Amino acid sequence: MILELRDICKDYMRGKMVVPVLKDIDLTVSEGEYIAIMGPSGSGKTTLMNLIGCLDRPTSGTRILRGEDLAGMDDNRMADLRNREIGFVFQNAELLPGLSAVENVALPLVYRGIKKTQRREMAKAMLERVGLGDRLEFKPNQLSGGQCQRVAIARAMVGSPSLLLADEPTGALDTQSGQQVMELFRQLNEEGVTIIMITHAPEVACCAKKTYLIRDGQIQIGGQR
Amino acid sequence: MLENISLSIQGIWNHKLRSLLTMLGIIIGIASIIAIVSTIKGTNEQIKEQLIGAGNNVVTVQLSQSGYPYEMQYNGIPEGVPVLTEEDRIHLAGLEGAQEAALYTERTYVDGLVYAGDIGFSGALRGVDQHYFDVNGYQIYLGRDFTQQDYDRYQKVAILDQNTAESLFAGQNPLGQVLEIDTEPFTVIGVVSLSSSYEPNISNYEEYATFVGFDSGSVYIPSNLWPLVCQYDEPQKVDIQAVTTDDMTSVGKESADYINAKLSVKEDSDLSYSSSDIMERAEQLQQLANATNQQLIWIASISLLVGGIGVMNIMLVTVTERTREIGLKKALGARKGRILWQFLTEAAVLTSLGGVIGVLAGIGMAQIVSRVAGSPTAISGPAILVAVLFSMLIGILFGLMPAVKASNLDPINALRRE
Ligand SMILES: Nc1ncnc2c1ncn2[C@@H]1O[C@H](COP(=O)(O)OP(=O)(O)O)[C@@H](O)[C@H]1O
Ligand SMILES: [Mg+2]
Repeated sequence: MILELRDICKDYMRGKMVVPVLKDIDLTVSEGEYIAIMGPSGSGKTTLMNLIGCLDRPTSGTRILRGEDLAGMDDNRMADLRNREIGFVFQNAELLPGLSAVENVALPLVYRGIKKTQRREMAKAMLERVGLGDRLEFKPNQLSGGQCQRVAIARAMVGSPSLLLADEPTGALDTQSGQQVMELFRQLNEEGVTIIMITHAPEVACCAKKTYLIRDGQIQIGGQR
Repeated sequence: MLENISLSIQGIWNHKLRSLLTMLGIIIGIASIIAIVSTIKGTNEQIKEQLIGAGNNVVTVQLSQSGYPYEMQYNGIPEGVPVLTEEDRIHLAGLEGAQEAALYTERTYVDGLVYAGDIGFSGALRGVDQHYFDVNGYQIYLGRDFTQQDYDRYQKVAILDQNTAESLFAGQNPLGQVLEIDTEPFTVIGVVSLSSSYEPNISNYEEYATFVGFDSGSVYIPSNLWPLVCQYDEPQKVDIQAVTTDDMTSVGKESADYINAKLSVKEDSDLSYSSSDIMERAEQLQQLANATNQQLIWIASISLLVGGIGVMNIMLVTVTERTREIGLKKALGARKGRILWQFLTEAAVLTSLGGVIGVLAGIGMAQIVSRVAGSPTAISGPAILVAVLFSMLIGILFGLMPAVKASNLDPINALRRE
């Protein structure tokens, strides 16, 4: 078991009103799984991903990541945990415009205290893995949207995290680059990477082995292959 | 850390114009301070040089009463003032920062005591030891110096300075001429002149008088013949040559202390040895010049403060602009402290760079001022170091608030897209 969520609730304050976004979410993810979380816009998918990715704290409920209870962890330990266990892929690749592709990919390793030359080696290997071995020194503005997203995936994977979290990774891409990215996720999963993907596009979700649906703050199983 | 610095420099380079404008306040502040400090230092050194003349660094230690020199032509022999011996002289010459010392007795102005034929001499009469000319930068211009034999055999010989030789024996060879000092005949054996390295180039200060006093001329005789023309046991004066100009004050004080310890004067006599030190006068003049310049430094500091606020402002803008970068870095596992350091380093590098540019500009300004206004400048190493460190401090101080703000950014909000 990599991840276990029990009775997770998340409320937001809107002015003086308490707005519950997630209500009693239960979810377990085991090693090597590839799941998609679907739901309409504003249903709380990103909120859930932030909770899984240790970026946010729930209003109530229990989160267990790799056997560790996340309740009561301080900010620094959460940061370290994100660095070690979680790989994020955002809708817009979120690359730093001043850094080259390798430097972007190597960024998480900086926070792990790995030496510069070794960081570069690891980043280079990862970029080769996503098919961008010939674009190492390119700046983000010299790369296409699909290439940027592949650099972002390389960055998410470079530290060998337990969990790859993708929030609408194809949302900003054209169909063809979207398919390339999906193919990359499929390959990574075949190699044993655990993936949680958030999307509202059914054709994207069908690549996953298991689908969940969020509606009215609750999660239900959508389909299984 | 080093990586942070190089990244900061890169960032500064990427926004050249903005960085320059941000640094401007710091640059102007530091430049003015460096220019002012250089001018102060230059003026100080000029005052020192003008007053003291290059080279000799002589301090005179003499007996004084109630703060005024104790002059023998108006006073009797004071009680309890011991005769200084060769041992004392050697001790004084061996003080730290001292190089040589000379003992002598002196009447700064004699009238009707010394005659060359019918011509009376009015000027200074000194009974000197064998070190006096050396210490005071005189060299034999004509004839010879006093020898040990002259002292041993109580030879009635005299040495004149150039002015005296001119005024007493105009056109004649002064050597071999006879002076009558208190009716005793003294043979002139030599003429001294100031060596070229000791030309006090004062022209505009009252201290000039101290030196011009020599102009009325001096007659020198061996110190052990002094009782023959004046009295036994007159209080001696000591001229001590310091190694450097800066040693003069301390050497003067120590010598006075040494001699004072030997005094056994009555308590109410108010007699003591003290150094009539040109350095002290010079320092007073320097302080006068510094006081006005120090006010300028305060004004320049305001520019630094404004510069610091400018840095804070730009850093706040930068933090806002780079919200996504900060959010992303935190999401990837950067701890708070790392973000804080990153922005602090950036601010400090920015202002330090401003400081360095300011120092260079300040040196340039000082150079221009000295060309245009003719005032001297001297670059001060410590001032440069302090200026750069201080501008770094400004960066850290005014960068702190923006950096804390950056480190406290919530990555969720930072990455949420509008
Ligand atoms: N920080 C926040 N403060 C207040 N409301 C929020 C905040 N974040 C998200 N919400 C609200 O929570 C709901 C779910 O948002 P989100 O998780 O981003 O949805 P999704 O990713 O499924 O589109 C939305 O109605 C949104 O307005
Ligand atoms: Mg979303």
